[in-house]
Amino acid sequence: MSPDGSTQMAAASLSQTSAPVIAARDLNLVFQTADGPVQALKDVSLSVAKGDFVSFIGPSGCGKTTLLRCVAALETPTSGTLTVNGLTPDEARRARAYGYVFQAAGLYPWRTIAGNIRLPLEIMGFPRAEQDARVDRVLKLVDLAGFGRKYPWQLSGGMQQRASIARALAFDADILLMDEPFGALDEIVRDRLNEEVLNLWARTGKTTLFVTHSIPEAVYLSTKIVVMSPRPGRITDVIDSPLPRERPLDIRESPEFLAIAHRVREGLRAGHVEL
Amino acid sequence: MRRAVLPVLWVVMALLALWYVAAIPMNIREVVTEAERGGAEVWGGTAAERQDRSAWALALRNPSVALNGWAQERPRLPAPHQVAQELYASTIGEEVFGRRGFFQTGELSNRSLVYHAGVTLGATVVGFLIGAAAGVLLAIGIVHNRAMDMSVMPWAVISQTIPIVALAPMIIVVMNSVGVQGLLPKAVISAYLSFFPVVVGMVKGLRAPDRMQLDQMHTWSATQAETLWKLRLPASVPYLFASLKIAIAAALVGTIVGELPVQRGGLGARMLAGSYYGQTTQIWAALLMAAVLAAFLVWLMGWLERRTLRAMGVPA
Repeated sequence: MSPDGSTQMAAASLSQTSAPVIAARDLNLVFQTADGPVQALKDVSLSVAKGDFVSFIGPSGCGKTTLLRCVAALETPTSGTLTVNGLTPDEARRARAYGYVFQAAGLYPWRTIAGNIRLPLEIMGFPRAEQDARVDRVLKLVDLAGFGRKYPWQLSGGMQQRASIARALAFDADILLMDEPFGALDEIVRDRLNEEVLNLWARTGKTTLFVTHSIPEAVYLSTKIVVMSPRPGRITDVIDSPLPRERPLDIRESPEFLAIAHRVREGLRAGHVEL
Repeated sequence: MRRAVLPVLWVVMALLALWYVAAIPMNIREVVTEAERGGAEVWGGTAAERQDRSAWALALRNPSVALNGWAQERPRLPAPHQVAQELYASTIGEEVFGRRGFFQTGELSNRSLVYHAGVTLGATVVGFLIGAAAGVLLAIGIVHNRAMDMSVMPWAVISQTIPIVALAPMIIVVMNSVGVQGLLPKAVISAYLSFFPVVVGMVKGLRAPDRMQLDQMHTWSATQAETLWKLRLPASVPYLFASLKIAIAAALVGTIVGELPVQRGGLGARMLAGSYYGQTTQIWAALLMAAVLAAFLVWLMGWLERRTLRAMGVPA
């Protein structure tokens, strides 16, 4: 496929203006394990509009990562329908619809930062000159300009995770999937990166799905918060955030913020009571 | 590096001391017999009676001649300096000063250990390259193909349980009957020994990337070949070099074993000739040469490893 195939694809999905970027209906996923079947997702229905920032929050085992992996075609739902940009997840993956940021930065230690960001571009067959241009652009985007020649071990954990976000952005997918990307980082670094992610989202307008288990993180970042609960993994509440798109860090002390955080906490608790 | 010198030196000194001590009882019977023939009065009775006496007793009761055990013409266990002399004579002595040496004729003398080490080195390197390549290819097959995963490894393990001394002559004979002679049969034997550690190490190395890294490749729709080339192979490099160090030492052993039945030069041929003619000093000199060769080859692998890892950005 030619490198501009994905942009055509993105344009095509844009033209169907009202169509959701991600649409899940009655999604079920049952894992067959040695201890018998485990229902990872039960009757999950969700629709994500273009430009949304959606956080998935819930205790471990609630299926939030599984749902993200279904969107990325890393898992296949047992039943139900799931479309990404109007395509099946597998087609969407081949059309480079999304960039995926994993829990660990997962940078290759034998490649420089620039080399790591170049990796998906090499695989996707971008011409060399364009690879260079794209690497430069995304390095600036995540504030790592000048670090391209460093090796991962020369960077802090936060910088590594930023490089991995840059890698997910390099091929211009219009969806960004992030699976607890800052889970392993300390609070201070995490705050800064949250601010940067928000900035990045404002500048690029990418539809973002963000898995987390931190309530403040979810409320601070999202336009839509999906609260999930485990056994079986299901959605217990979907909160549309009334917070403005422009969010300084101290918005986290405002009454609106605390009200949403409260509702999320209630949702999480409700999920547990039902057990 | 410098800190390692002293401990190594101490161990070498201890071994040399042990060797010198051991040479006395090992050679004492010959020494006493010689002394008796020379007309000296020796302790221990007649030659037949001496057979029943312990070597240590003979050595301690004949103190005036015991140390002759370090200077025997054909000792059972040559003393270290005798081996060193033989090593010098059959390398520098032969090539630089000898009538048939390199400095006189422009060609290596076929009596010199330099020549024989060269013969062994050639077959070892060729065999090692064949073995390492076969090992890597088998490992790639095992990692990518379920049938190979299930079937190859047991056979690889079984192949290593067959004594190579039994197999080597058969390989030589079979290959000779189809007209293949010289370096190649020996290289095949050394490849047979050296592929195994590479297979084991590389299977582990190629499987070193974790689930997340493989998923990540999948999200980019990478093909198996791309995943192999860009992820699995680079990730396996540390495992590869660990295996290569073992493999090259095994390749040297394989070549030497392969040289025993062929008898057309090489350190193995030299050792066997030494044992035919009771030239223990020659055997030991060839053995030492083989050890030097092995040390050099393993060092070479370590050097290559360091260069490769540095080029891959690993902190020194």
